[in-house]
This record gives sequence, C-alpha cells and structure tokens, in this order.
Amino acid sequence: MSNIEERVKKIVCEQLGVKEEEVKPASSFVDDLGADSLDTVELVMALEEEFETEIPDEDAEKLTTVQEAIDYIVANL
Amino acid sequence: MSEQALALVTGASRGIGRAVAETLAKQGYKVVGTATSESGAASIREALQAVGAGNDAIVLNIADAEQTAEALKAFLAEHGTPAVLVNNAGITRDNLFLRMSDEEWNAVINTNLSGVFRVCKAMVKPMIKAKAGAIVNISSIIGTTGNAGQANYAAAKAGLEGFTRSLAQEVAARNITVNCVAPGFIKTDMTDVLPEAQKDAILSTIPSKRLGQPEEIAGAVAFLASDAAKYITGQTIHVNGGMNMG
Repeated sequence: MSNIEERVKKIVCEQLGVKEEEVKPASSFVDDLGADSLDTVELVMALEEEFETEIPDEDAEKLTTVQEAIDYIVANL
Repeated sequence: MSEQALALVTGASRGIGRAVAETLAKQGYKVVGTATSESGAASIREALQAVGAGNDAIVLNIADAEQTAEALKAFLAEHGTPAVLVNNAGITRDNLFLRMSDEEWNAVINTNLSGVFRVCKAMVKPMIKAKAGAIVNISSIIGTTGNAGQANYAAAKAGLEGFTRSLAQEVAARNITVNCVAPGFIKTDMTDVLPEAQKDAILSTIPSKRLGQPEEIAGAVAFLASDAAKYITGQTIHVNGGMNMG
C-alpha cells in the first residue's frame, strides 16, 4: 500500500514537474498541481505503464486527486 | 541520428507514397510502408529493402477500424514508436454531385478522413510518451480549390487540414508536429486515368506548365519530417507548380 502510494506520488512528480512536498493526498492535479487536460491524460498513461494495467477512459476521468489515483490503483491492481 | 529513426508511410505501394517511402529510406530512416494487399506490401518490401535491409512493409486497410487497430498494434510491438508518420493512403470515387451515391461519398470520407483519424489514434499515444514525433498528412490542392466531380474528395481533404490544425494544437507542447502537404497535379496512377482533354485543361492552369513528380512531394514531406522543421506545425505546404498561390 505505502509502496503504491510512493510510486503514484513519484509519477505525479515526474509527469507534472512538481516537488514531492507539494504532492498531498488531497492535491487536485488540475487545481493544485497545475496540470492541463493533456497532462492528466499523460499522467494516466504513465500510471498505466507503471502498474501494467489499462485504465478505461470513463475511469480515468474520475481520477482528479492524488488520493483518488492511489485508491484506484489499490482497488484495481 | 544516433539510433535509426523509424518512419511509417501509409499507401506506399505506388505514386506519392512510394516516392515518400523511398526518399525517407535514402535519407537513412528505417521505413515501414503499408499497402492494402499482400502483393502491394511485397512490392514495397522489395523496393525499400533495395535501399536498406531493415526496411519493411505491412498490410493495412485504414478503411477498416478493426484491422487498422490490430495491424498497428503489431507494428508497434515489432518496430517500436515511429519518429515520423506519413498519412498518405487515399482513394478517389469521382462523380458529379447529382450522381454521387452515398457509397461513393462514404468510401472517400471513411478512407481519406476517418482512416487518418484511426492511424493517428494508434500512433499519437506512443509519440506523446516518446515526447517526439512528426506527422505529415497528404492533403490535396482540391481541399482548397474544390473540383467539379470531387465533392467527396474535396470535403475529406479540407477536413483533413482542419483535423491537422486541431491535433497540432493538442500535441505541440509534447514536441510533436502535425502538418499537411497539399499536392497539386502530380503524375501518378491517380491522375493518369484523367481524360486527355481534362489534363490539357489542368496544364493550362499551372504556371510551371507541367505536372509535378511524386519525388517533388516527397521532398516537402522529408523537410517537414526533419528536425529543421521542428517549429513548423499546423501548416499546409502547397506543392503545385504555382497552380494556387493562396
């Protein structure tokens, strides 16, 4: 679990070019971390690659915060 | 290039597509050309492997969504992400508007416009991951000027240019360029079938007083594919002997 959390945070930092201390569980990719719509698509692509899974578009749209992404990966891995 | 850059060229069995594939191969790209038939693919393979052993060809029918998805998935698995994608494959089903059937309309829109959407759909995702790519779509002068008997073709090509500008805006920040080359009248099988009288009429409108050669389109494509053109995106370059100067 904590391992997944760390991996998700690491990818968020890499993809959005933000510092680790800025990435809180409640951080919104768009509102807090400055992602544009294509950034969020890329973020989902990076998560798919890291966790070797496919995230359907209808699920991907619901992943708006760091915690939502972590929960999704935990639930679907 | 430290590693040989990969180029995918659709509709490479003849005409402009063949010239583009051969030009890129001669410039050192690893080129994979596509054709709708096995025999077409074999002919591409033979021509391209005469330039370099690593070049290849695949069967791809962009009018068929399912076959396109499968063939391009296999292509990506075998060859990796292309640095250059040239959407050249296209068809004509000419008829005067009053006589044009739904079938003729749909066939041209499905291949020339939706087909490009499908190929881009498969290629843009890996290009975004690679943070690099150049997409060149082969449009046509007809997309700008229109042409009696080609309402379907003109609509598809004008649509392709709008598609190009939209996609270009979405991926520009990912170091991917998307442009069109719009040929005028080029000597290919597609224009060889025109009646002599129509050819003469066309020639009288071309300041250069000759049809273009496929290699003259390939030159513009190769430029847009190169690093020299990295800051050019969403554009249509017209190559037509001065037939239309905008």
